[in-house]
Amino acid sequence: MAATPLQSFQSLVASLQEQGRAPEHFTLSYSAEHSQFIRFNHAKVRQAGEVQQASCVLKLVKDGRQAELQFTLGNDNDVDQQRLAEAIEQLRQTLPLLEADPYLQLNDSAWQSHNVQDQALPGIDQVLMQIEQGAGELDLVGIYAAGPICRGFASSFGAFGWHQANSFNFDWSLFHRNGQAVKANYAGQHWDNDAFALRLRQAREQLEYLGRPLKTLAPGEYRAYLAPAAVDEIMGMLCWGGFSSQSLATKNSPLQRLYAGDARLNQQVSIAEQVSGSLSPAFSDEGTPRSDLRLIEQGQGLDRLICARSAVEFELAANGADSHESPCALSMAAGDLEQRDVLSRLGTGLYISNLWYLNFSDLPAARMTGLTRFATFWVEDGQIQAPVSTMRFDDSVYSLLGSQLEALTAERELILSTSTYGQRQTSSSHLPGALVKRLTLTL
Amino acid sequence: MFEMTALLRQRFAALRSGAEFFSLRYVQQSQQQLSVRKNVAEPPFFFRDEGAMLTVRLKGVEAYAATADLSQAGLQRALEQAERLAAQIGARALLDLSEQPVATEHSDYRSPNLEQPLPSLADCYDLLARESNSVPADSRLVNWQASLGISNVEQIYLNTAGAELRQAQRFIYPGFAVTAFDGQDSQSRTLGRENFGQQGGLDVIERCGLVGAGVKVADQALQLLLAPNTPSGVRDLLLMPDQMMLQIHESIGHPLEMDRILGDERNYAGTSFVKASDFGTLQYGSKLLNVTFDPTIGEELASYSHDDDGSTASKQFLIRDGLLLRPLGGALSQFRSGLDGVANSRACGWNRAPIDRMANLNIEPGDQSLEQLIGNIEHGILMRTNRSWSIDDARNKFQFGCEWGQLIENGELKGVVKNPNYRGISAQFWGNLSAVGDASTLQVLGTPNCGKGEPNQVVRVGHASPACVFSQIDVFGGDA
Repeated sequence: MAATPLQSFQSLVASLQEQGRAPEHFTLSYSAEHSQFIRFNHAKVRQAGEVQQASCVLKLVKDGRQAELQFTLGNDNDVDQQRLAEAIEQLRQTLPLLEADPYLQLNDSAWQSHNVQDQALPGIDQVLMQIEQGAGELDLVGIYAAGPICRGFASSFGAFGWHQANSFNFDWSLFHRNGQAVKANYAGQHWDNDAFALRLRQAREQLEYLGRPLKTLAPGEYRAYLAPAAVDEIMGMLCWGGFSSQSLATKNSPLQRLYAGDARLNQQVSIAEQVSGSLSPAFSDEGTPRSDLRLIEQGQGLDRLICARSAVEFELAANGADSHESPCALSMAAGDLEQRDVLSRLGTGLYISNLWYLNFSDLPAARMTGLTRFATFWVEDGQIQAPVSTMRFDDSVYSLLGSQLEALTAERELILSTSTYGQRQTSSSHLPGALVKRLTLTL
Repeated sequence: MFEMTALLRQRFAALRSGAEFFSLRYVQQSQQQLSVRKNVAEPPFFFRDEGAMLTVRLKGVEAYAATADLSQAGLQRALEQAERLAAQIGARALLDLSEQPVATEHSDYRSPNLEQPLPSLADCYDLLARESNSVPADSRLVNWQASLGISNVEQIYLNTAGAELRQAQRFIYPGFAVTAFDGQDSQSRTLGRENFGQQGGLDVIERCGLVGAGVKVADQALQLLLAPNTPSGVRDLLLMPDQMMLQIHESIGHPLEMDRILGDERNYAGTSFVKASDFGTLQYGSKLLNVTFDPTIGEELASYSHDDDGSTASKQFLIRDGLLLRPLGGALSQFRSGLDGVANSRACGWNRAPIDRMANLNIEPGDQSLEQLIGNIEHGILMRTNRSWSIDDARNKFQFGCEWGQLIENGELKGVVKNPNYRGISAQFWGNLSAVGDASTLQVLGTPNCGKGEPNQVVRVGHASPACVFSQIDVFGGDA
């Protein structure tokens, strides 16, 4: 019988402990998945496959020097032990060639963490049948990704963490024959046919609005409601170095003026890194238990994400951030705008379901540009009038979530990452929608 | 090189399947990433990866299984997984591929200078440290980093029609970046990094200009910090090659990808403003616009002999004299659309299936020197080095930003300006192409970071371009 991922990892850790030579220290992080990927176009299967992969990152430390090597595992104990031995050897040969690293800091605590969520996932036949029954006559396009994800960490100081979760994420769009589309998602750990049917029905209802004649807007300033998925795109840009202690110190953060106290966001804005209770592992990629952090409190910059290396360089206290210092479980506090009141409070303006392809037009000013995408509507007197053609915005976060923020919704949406670059991601965000008094459209 | 060939041949031959066709694509990668930041060597990062994708065609339905278990049993297991999946999909498949031709060729491809040894790890760190240490002492210079990435990739493709395609490539990514800060604003200037990568050896580091970069890049970052904002208004726009590559990539490359036009990417990367019926009829740009898919420039990032489905790669005009001729569509897209395409079916590794990607997408040089290009501009701006990119899901409305701007007045280059941005609409922008630089202005560039696909993939793409002038473009600066 083949070893489980946990057994494979434990075997490698045991072998590493045996091969260790004092005063060497090591950390070993582990990542694995067995994923089904089914792509759809026109509600038919366009491309389908399975991917089974596992890899380790070995960090070897000696005499104040460190080096890392990531290697793919071959799902065979002999092969994997051989690769581990080769990795150790390469790093042992490398360390004497390096200068001592002044920013080296190792976590020497022997923390333990174990979290396994191994609910059964639906069979492919069941999923395919549900999608065919629910959307067979629609123009559905998207991807179903499912399977177990594992993360592990161990160190020569005795730390050991294991995280394993089975999950699925069906991310799809329904297209109207006029080219307009609505985006939807059904993700979690337990597939419920009724819940999926409800999501599909909600998307179908929005699709009917998209059949109305398209309204073309002129560039200018508009009231707008940004649904949680649209807010998530803005947050995604802020996560790109925004809260990173290194980016803040080296003036490459879009929130440098916020954290310097030179600018602030609206008092309604509070943002946390809320790892506890999220789907993310309780430990970082460098083997530190993660902390819940208050990143922005009532519009003011507070905690920043600090990895071990930054802690030494910038004389700060590490707080469990990943080495790239990006949030993995972003949580924005809710406001008091009830979802059922969104259209009436918006009055006349734009209802924006999603934004797309954001980037900075002036990073230090947190000014960003991007486009509407999927189900953007023109609303008059609280009534949806027409879908709106793709428009570009260019605005500062200090305006959108600062001076021009009118309200945040009382209900929040949990958005699980659909990213599959390299591997399926475990990050998430929990966000309200935002009503803004002025959004600047430029093209 | 190609050490796995004999073993893979043997194991492939021993695989058993009821499918009418199957293939194996083995990929082995190794990388090292080195950097020195503010005169401190960062820990080196090494990466080793290998695995294989088995693809089967069963009653016209294709499915794949990717595994890092390269034992006979592991490959057989993956093949059977793929077969089971193809059977489960059955009538729900979008495509019947029973009649799609498959590759049959034998070929080997190697990057130029592949055999040339690279400097040792210690020598690489010395090079990076020298450049880092050359940054002058100035309290406004708050961050700088010299970096060098080296990646080796070997791929072996085998199929039941007898094809055997082997490729061995080496990619080099030198880079330097400096950030300057005056207490309120910060400006960054870079060399290489995401805007430069090539196949080859030491020659790539030389061509990038990493040696001597420290002083030059730091000086330019300080110039930007002192510069006024880019004024808003309509001007003629001279784009240098390290911004042209992004312009080509986003507003020619992506819209011409046939899988987008066929709707596969509508949920993620997006669709295209180009329709299948536009090929052969749409005037994409001015008559000065000549765009090629060119896998034959050895040092360019995506030069190869065959794509990842085994199609033979050759240079093709996608746009000639401004007229749109053919899409970026590999064998499958050609089969689906009936259009002639190119060999651009590519995957980022063994764990992702090939889809239509850009490879080397270039603009052919024109006949004007840089001096002539500038001399003919009355009221304009030169922009170089991309730093911001955003375009709609149909690849039409764009806004791009650069690191470096210089105003042009009455045929002469004037002062430096910061935060140069411009916006436009692809379908109109290329019609404003008013001058194309000659071969002396051309640079072979590329990026390792083109994202697309479900599941997501990042691939290397090459873009060679001369400097180009576009008339009457909306330009603007930042807030600072």
